[in-house]
Amino acid sequence: MAEIQVKSVRKTFGKVKAVWDVDLTVHDREFVVLLGPSGCGKTTLLRCIAGLERVDQGHIYIGQRNVTDLPPKRRQIAMVFQNYAVFPHLTVFENVAFGLRMQHKPKDEVKKRVQAAAELLHIEELLDRYPAQLSGGQRQRVAVARAIAIDALVLLMDEPLSNLDALLRLEMRAELKRLLQEIEATTLYVTHDQVEALSLGDRIAVMRSGQILQYDTPLNVYDKPANLFIGGFIGNPPMNFLDGEVRTEDGQVVVHTGGGDIYPPSDVGAMLSRLKEPSVLVGIRAENIETLPAPTKGALQAEVLVVEPLGSHNLITMQLGPEQVKVNTSADFKAQPGQALWLRLNIDKICWIEKATGRAMYPD
Amino acid sequence: MKQKTFSRRLIGRVLAYLLAILIALWILIPIYFITVAAFSPKDVIYSWPKSLLPQTISLETLLFFINAQYVLDSLWNSVKVALLTLVISLVIGAPAGYALARYIFPGKDVYRIMILSTRAFPIVILSIPLAVTFMQWDLYDKLISVALLHVAMALPTTILVTSSVFMGVSKELEEAATVFGCNRIQAFTRVALPLALPGLAASAIFTFVLSWNEVFAATILTIQNRTLPARMFVQLAASPIPFRFAGGFFILVPAVVFMFFIRRYLFSLWGITLK
Repeated sequence: MAEIQVKSVRKTFGKVKAVWDVDLTVHDREFVVLLGPSGCGKTTLLRCIAGLERVDQGHIYIGQRNVTDLPPKRRQIAMVFQNYAVFPHLTVFENVAFGLRMQHKPKDEVKKRVQAAAELLHIEELLDRYPAQLSGGQRQRVAVARAIAIDALVLLMDEPLSNLDALLRLEMRAELKRLLQEIEATTLYVTHDQVEALSLGDRIAVMRSGQILQYDTPLNVYDKPANLFIGGFIGNPPMNFLDGEVRTEDGQVVVHTGGGDIYPPSDVGAMLSRLKEPSVLVGIRAENIETLPAPTKGALQAEVLVVEPLGSHNLITMQLGPEQVKVNTSADFKAQPGQALWLRLNIDKICWIEKATGRAMYPD
Repeated sequence: MKQKTFSRRLIGRVLAYLLAILIALWILIPIYFITVAAFSPKDVIYSWPKSLLPQTISLETLLFFINAQYVLDSLWNSVKVALLTLVISLVIGAPAGYALARYIFPGKDVYRIMILSTRAFPIVILSIPLAVTFMQWDLYDKLISVALLHVAMALPTTILVTSSVFMGVSKELEEAATVFGCNRIQAFTRVALPLALPGLAASAIFTFVLSWNEVFAATILTIQNRTLPARMFVQLAASPIPFRFAGGFFILVPAVVFMFFIRRYLFSLWGITLK
């Protein structure tokens, strides 16, 4: 297992800048997720690292070796494809053994490794079957077994769970995480599903339009998004963003938002007062908004629009001033459309966005 | 309401089966008669009216045919030419189809049209100049020249079939092969080719039969080393009726045998075996 280093890589397709000036380092044994919407360049980046695409500029290092000009077979990688790419004309055994056979490993070693990989993926009884006789989930296991059977330095995965049905995806996600922890693989995983990214990754690289916007742990990406886009992309429901105006009243920084005033802590206030333009976006997640039945200082008045009982909690859509916000409440919280409620935003969990640039601001 | 659609579907089904049987009969009945006649003695063939079922089985007609001058030689020539055509057109056609399926290169569309346009050439016009050219190159009356012409005739459809066959093989499979240790050639031979085999088998049948049945160019391009259709074309008008039936049977048999051979590959290579 080894480190992946991507330095200033560019890849264009005609006029489209698929990957533009990307730098990325995946540490040994780390599980890094490339997350982003369709067309953001995550798959292209993965394919460049695999050697399936030639980079236009920049360098790629796998395990301290410059592999930029090497074909995939010389890079010591293993890959799991989105549609599994399991060879239909070979048995499951031969599929899993494929990489080992190409390395000319002796027969008994091939058998041993295939058996071990099959056991890890629970497909030992399927070894004599052909892929056409397997379900989608089973084929996916074959694809993963094929990847871990060889001694690759690095494991690359291109949305391997996206073709599974929802329940199977949930199961496989946990199994995959346990498996990869057990074999301690350096893994680079591509997905557009932010729940998958948050649950699987040691670190997440959020990509958009060919560039990495933020590269941090799931908790930091969730709590402290780098900009407006990431805050709205991660989390279900997406982060609420309210228009806010920064004012100074009696020497204290006050933000006027949602028809009321909120009082940021002093370090945040100092940061906000330094802004060129006093327009901000107040970003707050649904679970960080407290609902109160009566007016309270620092709480904003809102009107209930829709109540969605989701079983474990209620999701309430409210009209706050000119904007709508989504709020999480406990499951037994009773609310009626048209009812007035007061919302207290957890001031420490607010993500302050500079409206002009869309960037998030954090006090030093 | 349910009953109405059920009987309507039943009628539709019956009609479809009837149609299939009719088409099959259209092809099988002449084959049947030829086969029966080929195995009947001379006087039965000359008799009238003919009975549907074979009266006597005799190898007389067939033996008469085989022992006729040059027949076995021409038969063997036909086989040689057809196999040569098959091999050469696959060796050229498979990579050509692969290139069309996988790569984008300048002139690709022009190339495609050019391939198809060779088919548009009437063989009648081509064969005389070809005969002259072959004479100049000292290739006249050689089996290889007939095979080359057949290759030129078969190649357009072969490439059409192989290119669509390779387009049906997912590119991801070859990419997976390269990740797990293959270079591009190995990815082709170990993954793309085995998966393309049924389609290639189909075009093999077509090419073999095209070459086997081709009579016009073969007649013009050969004198001594004739293929069987060419031989028969030249001699048939003057031959007795039993000879013709036997000849028909002989032309028929190898193509059918070849098809039975290829059939297994046609059905599939993965997981579905013939009992």
